[in-house]
Amino acid sequence: MNLLQELSQNFSEDSLAATCLRDKQTMMDKDVIVRFMLSAAEETFATMLGLQITPGEPSVEQSETAIHVERVVALIGLAGPYNGTGMISCSPALACKLASEMLMENLNAIDGEVLDAIGELSNMIFGNVKNMLEQQIGPFGLSIPTIIFGRNFWTRSIGEQWIVVPIKVNEFDLELQLCRSPNSTRSFSGPRRKRS
Amino acid sequence: MKINVLIVDDSAAIRKILTRVLSQTDLPWGVVHEAGDGVEALNILKSSEVSLILSDINMPNMDGLQLLTNVRANPQWKQIPMIMISTEGSETKVMEAVELGASNYVRKPFTADQIKEKVLPCLKGVVAS
Repeated sequence: MNLLQELSQNFSEDSLAATCLRDKQTMMDKDVIVRFMLSAAEETFATMLGLQITPGEPSVEQSETAIHVERVVALIGLAGPYNGTGMISCSPALACKLASEMLMENLNAIDGEVLDAIGELSNMIFGNVKNMLEQQIGPFGLSIPTIIFGRNFWTRSIGEQWIVVPIKVNEFDLELQLCRSPNSTRSFSGPRRKRS
Repeated sequence: MKINVLIVDDSAAIRKILTRVLSQTDLPWGVVHEAGDGVEALNILKSSEVSLILSDINMPNMDGLQLLTNVRANPQWKQIPMIMISTEGSETKVMEAVELGASNYVRKPFTADQIKEKVLPCLKGVVAS
């Protein structure tokens, strides 16, 4: 292959990669992510808990958040064409209510069972967000959820802002959040053809 | 004949929900064994008689697909109906599970009826015997 052909091929590869990256960026836009999170949450709450949710106004927030009141927070990692973290955050009272509905038991205080139920809800919601993203931009992996209960702590995601979707469940507030950043690994930026 | 079931999921909440769903059917359930991952599940299979396995896919130590491979490779266990229950809903994962020998597949979140619909046909032979 001469230099011209190689440059031409490189150009078309880069152009193809750029198009794929643009498509991926579109799929990872705030509005799309919000739609996916709401759709997954609505299905999960209706199916597993028999509860309807009322979405609030989505926003974009700083990567660093201080939490001073008692919260239950579930974190779950996504890795693929984009890397990121999904997060559910709610009051202990709502966590107990959700776990009670899910397990059909009366749970009034935070314990392992409640935290486990919240972790599983986050797994279902962000697992389904992952499935929706996969149909558009390729395979993602999902981590096992980590659940935190406490107050007076900071959360910080490296580099990226959070897309935040507040939802109401009865009189309670819950936040769905996701941060994402493009995977810098070349193999995720677009298809590449073998060079001759 | 009592039906002993093995439920494999790293979430105790899901294990509890599945146990409740099964108990809502009229089938003659025996022991409900629970495992938090594939390694625990294999240990239970070695020491207990099991007629049905319900398993998650994403789990620590040994995931559901590795467990499925182990079950299907063992002459003693390969006939046990094994239903995968997972958030992994992509066509690739479902096909992979079916190719490895999964009897059926349920995507989380699920309703009790969806579980019953998938479990009952798998147990026809077991109940008849």
